[in-house]
Formats: sequence, structure tokens, C-alpha cells
Amino acid sequence: MDQQTLIYIVVGATFALYLGIAVYCKAGSTREFYVASKGVHPVANGMATAADWMSAASFISMAGLIAFLGYGGSVFLMGWTGGFVLLAMLLAPYLRKFGKFTVPEFLGDRYYSNTARVIGVICLILASLTYVIGQMTGTGVAFSRFLEVSYEVGLSIGMLIVFFYAVMGGMKGITYTQIAQYCVMITAYTIPAIFISLEMTGWALPQIGLGAQLTEHGTYVLDRLDQVLNELGFAEYVAVNEHNRINMFFYTLSLMIGTAGLPHVIIRFFTVPTVKAARSSAGWALVFIAILYTTAPAVGAMARLNLMETFGTTEATEMVYEERPQWVKNWEQTGLIEFTDKDNDGTITYSSNEDENEVTELNRDIIVLANPEIAMLPDWVIAIVAAGGLAAALSTAAGLLLAISSAVSHDLLKGVFKPDISEKNELLAGRLSMAGSIAVAGYLGFNPPGFAAGTVALAFGLAAASLFPALMFGIFYKKMNKEGAIAGMLAGLTVNLLYVFQHKGIMFVESTSFLGSLDPNWFFGISPNAFGAVGAIVNFIVAMAVCKVTPEPPENIQHIVDDVRVPVGASLASGGH
Amino acid sequence: MAFQNETLKKQYWRDNLRIIGGLLAIWAFVSFGCGIIFAEALNAIHIGGYPLGFWFAQQGSIVTFVVLIFVYAKLMDRLDRKYGVQETEDAK
Repeated sequence: MDQQTLIYIVVGATFALYLGIAVYCKAGSTREFYVASKGVHPVANGMATAADWMSAASFISMAGLIAFLGYGGSVFLMGWTGGFVLLAMLLAPYLRKFGKFTVPEFLGDRYYSNTARVIGVICLILASLTYVIGQMTGTGVAFSRFLEVSYEVGLSIGMLIVFFYAVMGGMKGITYTQIAQYCVMITAYTIPAIFISLEMTGWALPQIGLGAQLTEHGTYVLDRLDQVLNELGFAEYVAVNEHNRINMFFYTLSLMIGTAGLPHVIIRFFTVPTVKAARSSAGWALVFIAILYTTAPAVGAMARLNLMETFGTTEATEMVYEERPQWVKNWEQTGLIEFTDKDNDGTITYSSNEDENEVTELNRDIIVLANPEIAMLPDWVIAIVAAGGLAAALSTAAGLLLAISSAVSHDLLKGVFKPDISEKNELLAGRLSMAGSIAVAGYLGFNPPGFAAGTVALAFGLAAASLFPALMFGIFYKKMNKEGAIAGMLAGLTVNLLYVFQHKGIMFVESTSFLGSLDPNWFFGISPNAFGAVGAIVNFIVAMAVCKVTPEPPENIQHIVDDVRVPVGASLASGGH
Repeated sequence: MAFQNETLKKQYWRDNLRIIGGLLAIWAFVSFGCGIIFAEALNAIHIGGYPLGFWFAQQGSIVTFVVLIFVYAKLMDRLDRKYGVQETEDAK
């Protein structure tokens, strides 16, 4: 059986599984549609959260990013995992106790103000929509690459599948498909990693292999990597960049706070039955995420070393172009890797020197995509990697779409415009706004705005600067009032958007950037992507200041805060169970 | 409210904050401390082929985060029981 047929069979089987789950998990009430009846086991929710969280970018691009950034790539590893500690201790248990369906709903009730709720919706939609654009383009790229169809056809297939299970099953359908998707994704990620580690170091666990000796040389993997990089004139892999420390600090902090404040992750913790379950579920989520996130650096380092040794590290061992391995030929056809024999000597020179370098294109995604072939694994492994990449893209897109559609149908429609809407009609509205969100996201996927590349970082900045502080104040500071919270959210949002726009252009149109993307103009050397943490600090200060000069929140609101802080007891919202 | 009196309620919250504070101090120490600020100094020490600072940044901090959340869940569970505010099946 040839490679492509095998991919169709494996990917087709996973799609059949997702659709089967959708039929089985049809949502019959708004409670099922928004929060899966709050009946999801904490371990199951942890798995679903992991799939929700890890996107096509985590799956396909992260190892490659680390491979080419070395130590600098740690920002993403620590930032995207450390946020779960904040989420587990500062938000998830209390918001679960509050017991409602959406994040803006908490803001609206806690700050006794529809304005706060609407600002919450705006922040949520801005953050989730910018995030979902990346997922839609990721879906299109993944489908087209693995299924050998065009980008547009790939994107349409992806939208159809998400449409089917998200519109029908809501949170319930999404939860159980995400669990299946996690299993597919993690199998696809770890199998090639284990084999490449075994082959290079003799250790099956990549996390140990990265710190072990190469079977061939007896030198340590990281030492050998630094040695080869030195020879070719690149920066050392493990070296710390002194000048970058402040930026690295803030970048990591921004990603952490942003992770904790992203609504599509928070609402996953509304689906578990108890406060206790919400706490442990966050731990399970991070276990499942950590399996991939601790494997990624090993994959990155080993694949990069492998790659450089294939190209040859000294003049004598340079790769003869005509004798290049089969996987190089395969990936040359995709354009992800390209050679130009500048000196016409028939061999390929890989070097940090632009004039000498003959590897003219080396897309970092190749680190994960070509890994099974580099490690000479059987065809079915390649088919599973394809299914894994697709699972990663679909699961994150579905989670984001649910966050958007529930904000529209539950917060805007029921909460603000039509509070007397019947349960049945709200469920219908939920399905319709889900369909609408998929259509909007799909449109943005077909016509990705020029700023698509900067968007995911912007989503984190928005969540960090606007939502996280307001949620934290709502729980930890009883006296925070609506004036303070609203002023804080707006200030955080504005500062963050201004800083990003002034350096990257208004709506990322470069010509409108009035300070330019130049490092010397950066505030204390903090890059726009790392500015979310500063936005959060501004939010905190403004909220405190405004709160001090405006009236205290009413007595009953302070009681809500008391209730939220304790696992049992009459919460205003817990009724009817 | 499940508490006997206001003082117990305040004590429960203070104990909760103490647990969170302690655990977040470790959280900051392994990531921002060992992984970033002291990374270069720690790189002088090696465990196997891993320079220590690099290990904290790419492996150790993540593993610590996982442990921290489970310790938090365990401590809070114990605290809930001590104050008699743990959830029972019908208190969902």
C-alpha cells in the first residue's frame, strides 16, 4: 500500500471517530451545550484541556522553533505551561464555584454591570478571534500538506468537520472529541520522538536522551550540538543571551498570564462537577501538556543535530547533492527545504554565512514533519503524524469557536438584549452563533488578514492585559468595584494595543507604525509580543486607583465574593442542581 | 455559609492565601529564577549532558509546575476538611 493511501485510511478513520462521537454526544440543553452538564471527570477534562490548548502550532511548529532558537525557545515552554499554575490556584476553582456558563457572565455579575459584561465579551472575542485565525490557516496548511489537496479544499473539509460536531454537540461533543484528539495527537508526537532518541542515544525517553551521550561519539547530545553549531558559525544552543534577559522575563510572564486569562481555556474548567475536581483537573491538564512540552525540546535538538550531520559539518563530509537521502528529495518537492549550489561543486555547504550557505530554504516545521522519515520509521507512523497534526488544529479551533459562540448567544443575546429568551430558543441561538462563528473564522482563514502572523501573540497580550487582572480582582479583592474594574480593563487593553500598533503598525499595517519596529525604541527593551505583562500591571494600578476614589461595591456583591472563595455554601449561582 | 463564625471564615481564607503564596514563590523561583535570572550561573553545573540552567528552562520548571498543582490540590483538600467545607455528593 502506498504512503498516501495509508494516510487517507488513518486520517479517515480518525474523522469517522470524531463524527461518531458527535452523533453520540448530541446536546439537548443549554447546560449541555455550554458546559457539558458539568459532568466531565477531572482526568477526562484534563485531557480535553490539553487538546484544547495545544494547537497546530504547538504540534507542528514548536519543536522547530526551539531547534532554531535553542535556549531562547524556553520562553514558550515555560510561558505556555506556567500559566496553568496561575489558572489552577488563582482562577479555576473559584470560577467553577461561581457555577455559571461563561467568563463575561462572571464579570457582569461580580461587577454588577452590563458594561463590564460587554467589555468582557469584546475582550473575549478580540482574543479568541485573533487566535482562531491562526488555527484556521493551520488547519488549511495541515490538510493540504497531508492530504495533498489545495489549501482552500483543506480548510473547507476542516470547517465541515468542526461544524458537524461543534454545532450538534456544543461543549459536550467538543469535550469528547477533544479527548479522542488528544490520544491521536500524543501518540503521533511521541512515537517518532522515542525512536529518534533510541537511535541517537539508546534511551527510549527523549527527556533523558537529550541529556545523554550519543551512541556514535560518546559525547553528550547538547555538547555535540554546540560543537557543530560553532563549526558552522551559528550561536551556541544552550548559551544565555545576556542582553535579552529583561525581555525574556516579561515575555515569559506575558505568556503565563495570557494563558491563565484565555477564555477558551478557562471555560473548560466549568465542565467538571466540583471545585475539588477543578483543582486536580488543572493538574491533569498540565500532565498531558507536559508530555508533549518536555518531548518537544528533545525532538528539536536531536532533529537539528541530525539535519546538520546530514548536510555535513566539515568540508570533507559535505552532502553530495546527487546522493542526498530520500527524505530530503521528498521534502524538496514541498518547497520546505531548498538548495542552491552556489559554487557548482556538487556538494551542499550549510553555513551561517549568507554568501556561502547553500541551504537556501529550511522551514522550521520540517523538524516535526520530516522526523519520522529522518528516523526511517515505517509508513504508518507518517500516517499517524498526519492525523495528529489535523487533530491538533481541529481541537483548538473547536474550543475557541465555542468560547466565541457562547459569549454571543449567552452573554450578548440572553444577558443583554433578550433576557426572557426561552431555554429552547437559547439553545437554537447557541447553535446558530456557533455556525456563524465558524463562517467568520472560515472567511478569515480564506482571506487571512495581513497581520495574521502577529495575531497569536496579540491574543495573549489582550488576555493578559484585560481579562486576567479583572478576574483576579473579582476573587481576591472584595472591595474592587465596577468603576475600577472597567477602567482597569480599558486601560490594559489600550496600553497593550497602542504599544503593539506603534511598533507593528495600526492593525499591523507596517507603514502606519510611527515608532518602527526598532529595538532602541522599545520600552526597557521589551518587545511588543512581551508587552502583555506590562499591560496587566497598568490594569492593576489603574483599577486600584479608580477603586479608591469611587463608592464601595454593594453588600450583596461582597457576599458573592465570600461564596466564591469557599467550595461549599450557598452561592447565588449554584441553584437547581 | 458553612462556617460557624466570621473568624473561621477569615482564617480559612488566610490559610488559603498562605498556601497559594508559598507555592507561587516556588513557581517563580524555578521559572524566572533558575530558568532565566540565574540560568547562566547554573549552567556551570551539569547533570548528565544537561547544563542545569538550561535543564530548568526546558524540563525542570515544567515538571515542577505539574507537581505544584497537585500539591496545591492536596493541601486545599486537607484545608477544606479541616474547616468542614469540603464538598459532598449533594453539595455540587
